[in-house]
Amino acid sequence: MKKELRSPVSQRPHTAEDVNGKSGIGSEVSIELNGEKIKVALGKSILDICRENKIHIPTLCYHEDLCIAGNCRLCLVEIEGMKNLQTACSFPVTSPVKIKTFSDKVRKARKHIIDLLLSEHYGECYSCVRNNNCELQTLAREHGIDSYEFGHVCEPRFEIDNSSAAVIRDMDKCILCRRCVRTCIDLQEVGVLEAINKGYETKISTFLDLPLSDVICINCGQCINRCPTGALHANDPSDEVWKAIEDPRKHVVLQTAPSPRASIGEEFGLSPGHSMTGQLNTAARRIGFNKVFDTNFSADLTIMEEGTELLNRLKKALVDKDENVKLPQFTSCSPGWVKFIEHFYPEKLDYLSTAKSPQQMFGAVLKTFYAEESGIDPADIVTVALMPCAAKKFECNRPEMNSSGFKDVDYGLTTREMAKMIREAGLVLPELPKSGFDDPFGEATGSGLIFGSTGGVMEAALRTVYELVTGRPVPFDGLNIDVCRGMKGIKEASVKLENCKKEFSFLEGIDLKFIVAHGTANAKVVMDMLTKGELSGYHFVEIMACPGGCIGGGGQPIPTSESIRKLRAKAIYDEEGSLPVRKSHENPKIKYIYEKYFSDGPCGKLSHKLLHTGYYKRGKFIK
Amino acid sequence: MNETEKNTRREFIHVLISRHGAERTSLLPVLQEFQKKFGYIDGQSQQEIAFAMNIHPVEVNSIISFYSFLYDSPRGRNTVRICKNIVCDFHGSSEIADAVRKEFKLNSGNTSADGKITLEITNCFGLCDKSPSMIVNENVYEKIDKDSALKILRGL
Repeated sequence: MKKELRSPVSQRPHTAEDVNGKSGIGSEVSIELNGEKIKVALGKSILDICRENKIHIPTLCYHEDLCIAGNCRLCLVEIEGMKNLQTACSFPVTSPVKIKTFSDKVRKARKHIIDLLLSEHYGECYSCVRNNNCELQTLAREHGIDSYEFGHVCEPRFEIDNSSAAVIRDMDKCILCRRCVRTCIDLQEVGVLEAINKGYETKISTFLDLPLSDVICINCGQCINRCPTGALHANDPSDEVWKAIEDPRKHVVLQTAPSPRASIGEEFGLSPGHSMTGQLNTAARRIGFNKVFDTNFSADLTIMEEGTELLNRLKKALVDKDENVKLPQFTSCSPGWVKFIEHFYPEKLDYLSTAKSPQQMFGAVLKTFYAEESGIDPADIVTVALMPCAAKKFECNRPEMNSSGFKDVDYGLTTREMAKMIREAGLVLPELPKSGFDDPFGEATGSGLIFGSTGGVMEAALRTVYELVTGRPVPFDGLNIDVCRGMKGIKEASVKLENCKKEFSFLEGIDLKFIVAHGTANAKVVMDMLTKGELSGYHFVEIMACPGGCIGGGGQPIPTSESIRKLRAKAIYDEEGSLPVRKSHENPKIKYIYEKYFSDGPCGKLSHKLLHTGYYKRGKFIK
Repeated sequence: MNETEKNTRREFIHVLISRHGAERTSLLPVLQEFQKKFGYIDGQSQQEIAFAMNIHPVEVNSIISFYSFLYDSPRGRNTVRICKNIVCDFHGSSEIADAVRKEFKLNSGNTSADGKITLEITNCFGLCDKSPSMIVNENVYEKIDKDSALKILRGL
């Protein structure tokens, strides 16, 4: 994903584009792959060639999103004339080689490697969160491992680090593939995990081996998504959720975020890209949630608040010439991103919108407005949030998130944990009948739904802001603002505001410039631009901590890759296109709640109390 | 560590970086020179170095833990290394190590109470033909025995 990888030039994967057009070198080379003669692009790795030719090469440290490491040695292949076996992932083909991918030597070597990994790998598969979805387990099965050739660790050697609200580290299961290291340092540029010591004593550690809660972790959970084993997993509150469901005094309410519905099918064997909205609602009701609401409703609420905040800032800057107003305004929906900016750019917190994330807005609304309307004591309401996210677990436990007088959101469940609960309840999700969300927060718009993908918040906000300002829908075909969509790391575009309404005449003729970025490595690029003053003239920036936005979140089904994320995004956009209401401000329930409860409008006094928040200047120094 | 001490270290780090450059490749010389002056590289300084070079503190931590000659915690003024590999062991290196521990009353961190020496039991340093061997700071002593080893260390 990233061009500037940390690895030295010599270790970077070579691609055909690098060599094309260079004089003296042909762009194709004929090789022999398992006896079959084929032509391949010069410089392509053996692994890529094998995958294109439908030959399965086992890998552990390799991951599509990350730079090549070549440390697990499982992808070894035999090349005629070479004394040693070579790693397929890091071997670019530059000469007419003859490759054997499953010779006796190769199979023996691979089996030995797996045996050695297992000799250091503590724990039994049946007592592991990743049972049945573990790459080491799959490899052991593929290679017919039926005994521990070199023994097996029988006692735990490390203490489990469960200090973090989001990510649990169980280093006994670690196989040192360093995917988490490359995720944290290269992909996310957070830099929590790295290998310490050397040789036999190597282990993956945090800075000074501190507990995860004490280091600069943004809880994005991307390391979990890329861990091949159960060494990293999310902090699972499902036992408490079950307890609440079984307690007859408790009124347990589930809110489901837009992206889990596009991905949860994968946990039940479906291919990526199947939307399960209706089935998920049925499953949640059968499990025993008293009400099932749509987080898209509060996403719409977020758009109203954040959009109004943007207009307020623009007005202050343009009409009142207030120099203290910070523009561009950054979105604050992604709790990983919020913690990222709190740590790395604490001096830039004023640029961040004060609007809470949809999850927290919903929690606050449920324990105030909903409790009043339905006559339930908010102390008896348990709010559970189904999120694609590991950082949401941290967010709902932030001490300031209690504006309703109670803990706004009690538990954050990831997509994986919800799937586990559904399986525990004996339900087969894809076979369930469809059902809708409950009133009063069941109605949501397409704008809320597309929050799940990178660019979605921007697209939703533009639809509303443009229409509030001009009275006309955004000038894009079918409301689809395509410049916001897609997996490009940083996208930027602009919309011209013309023929504005009277009260917004100060915006007449302004080019509303915006940026969409996803993944905190890209966020860092944007923030560095801001520091250098290159963002003057921009008005709105959307940032999501995870690659691909929420659909690539740290709580989503494993595995993840760009192609999977694209399919999930497509499922969301397809569903969105068919919804009757697609603009947040046209949501009848949003109109209702502003009439009935937040009667002084978006960014009013009450909404400031319940729907907005403040941030901590955390800084990046660990004391 | 008090604020003045922290500031001294911070200033020294910036001197080192202006001397060696802020690229990744300058990390090792910076760490070595820092250690030469302060004896070890504390957590605070690791972070200072990392931020000054635009890398992550955990990477600095990782590098320090990788190299046996870089330390992240305070140690005795002199580092004594005794080889534990098989040839030295045959020639009595473990008895010598025990004698050193006893003589200098080393604690669990293998450092003497007066901070004079830190003992490190290391892997082979390639002096098997002159075993048992010992390295004190940067000086190598060959074919030592209990008495000669203690004599060398007492004279430090």
